[in-house]
Amino acid sequence: MLENYFPILLFILVGLAIGIGPMLLGWVLAPNRPDAEKLSPYECGFEAFEDARMKFDVRYYLVAILFILFDLEIAFLFPWAVVLEQIGAFGFWSMVVFLAILVVGFVYEWMKGALEWE
Amino acid sequence: MELFQDLLGPAWTPVWTLVKIVAIVLPLLTAVAYLTWAERKVIGWMQVRMGPNRVGFFGFRLWGLGQPIADAVKLLTKEIIIPSGASRGLFLFAPVLAIAPAMAAWAVIPFTDRLVLANIDASLLYILAITSMGVYGVIVAGWASNSKYAFLGSLRSAAQIVSYEIAMGFALVGVLMSAQSLNLVEIVKGQEGGFWHWYWLPLFPLFLVYLISGVAETNRAPFDVAEGESEIVAGFHVDYSGMAFAVFFLAEYANMILISTLTSLMFLGGWLSPIPGLPDGFVWLAAKVSFILLLFLWFRATFPRYRYDQIMRLGWKVFIPVTLFWILLVGLMMQTPYGHLFH
Repeated sequence: MLENYFPILLFILVGLAIGIGPMLLGWVLAPNRPDAEKLSPYECGFEAFEDARMKFDVRYYLVAILFILFDLEIAFLFPWAVVLEQIGAFGFWSMVVFLAILVVGFVYEWMKGALEWE
Repeated sequence: MELFQDLLGPAWTPVWTLVKIVAIVLPLLTAVAYLTWAERKVIGWMQVRMGPNRVGFFGFRLWGLGQPIADAVKLLTKEIIIPSGASRGLFLFAPVLAIAPAMAAWAVIPFTDRLVLANIDASLLYILAITSMGVYGVIVAGWASNSKYAFLGSLRSAAQIVSYEIAMGFALVGVLMSAQSLNLVEIVKGQEGGFWHWYWLPLFPLFLVYLISGVAETNRAPFDVAEGESEIVAGFHVDYSGMAFAVFFLAEYANMILISTLTSLMFLGGWLSPIPGLPDGFVWLAAKVSFILLLFLWFRATFPRYRYDQIMRLGWKVFIPVTLFWILLVGLMMQTPYGHLFH
């Protein structure tokens, strides 16, 4: 059973190697002549000013939280969807109740304007 | 074969698995390289230009087929600049974080009913999990660059990717309900019987949502505000150069091929032939994947870029309600005698 997952582990390692390999190769083959101007962050012709790690819009944070809620929902729906035929009407209506609660929350955030970007 | 098996002893399984992985990865990387060529060629034709047509092999031009190789060599010999304000470790790790999931997802992709590296029962769950990792590459790149353009680009991009991932996840739930399995081989087998039995028909809204979310997920036009050239230049990878940039580029195109393959497997019958009499085979999968990739390129040549608020509205206020409704509809129909219509 578990040996089925061994190729996946190996594939992940190969995936990492495909990322690391070319960069190492580039590091070796390419020239490396840094100077202060070249190493300054890109600022489209301006002298770079202030730190780039600045305050940002709180809505990104909102999106992240909503994402976690909905993604969790999907994680719950996955096993349910696979066995829906076996659990029949009872299973279906249980999930309808569950989804109804989610929809109430979804409508609330919609009305509150959490999904607005102007 | 047996000679090698005796020779390597316990090391045989890892070595043989590695050989199989290379047999998947090499054609994949070639496909990625030539997808960049195809993109420039197709968009060129759509705009009545020639596209790349100079670089060939051994003095023959061959429609510019040597272009991807020339590009790779050029990028290989360009300096990898690490900006002075950047977090060096994270800066160099971000491209790896972007490409590793795009590659690793292929471990469970079936090419025909027997040609699959790891035929696990939870393959779709694995795909969902591993492709979600891709967003970390974007976030880490934007943060580590310590550049305002990169930072804004990565925030936009990450918010967009996670928003569309929800719609995508819901679309997958619909497929699971129809197929009653998480195993990709079983999902394709559930679509046997020709063109009209593939899941695109009963799950048509989910098919559209999945396809469009796929375009948004890979940050492709018309959803490419993350790298909107006209405002934040290249978005999260603006400070990357040389091979570090190339790895991001590879990841984007590998993800495009991955999404196309998944769409073909789940909604377009994978390796099954559209006409019942004809033999099934990898050719059909390749044809379907190529068609969806052509759509990706076509979208880019045709549609103007969305505004960011429009993108978020489409993801949250259109796709999520549509998918939720269709899931409930499919579930409800499965409780009635008409459930077979959705299988």
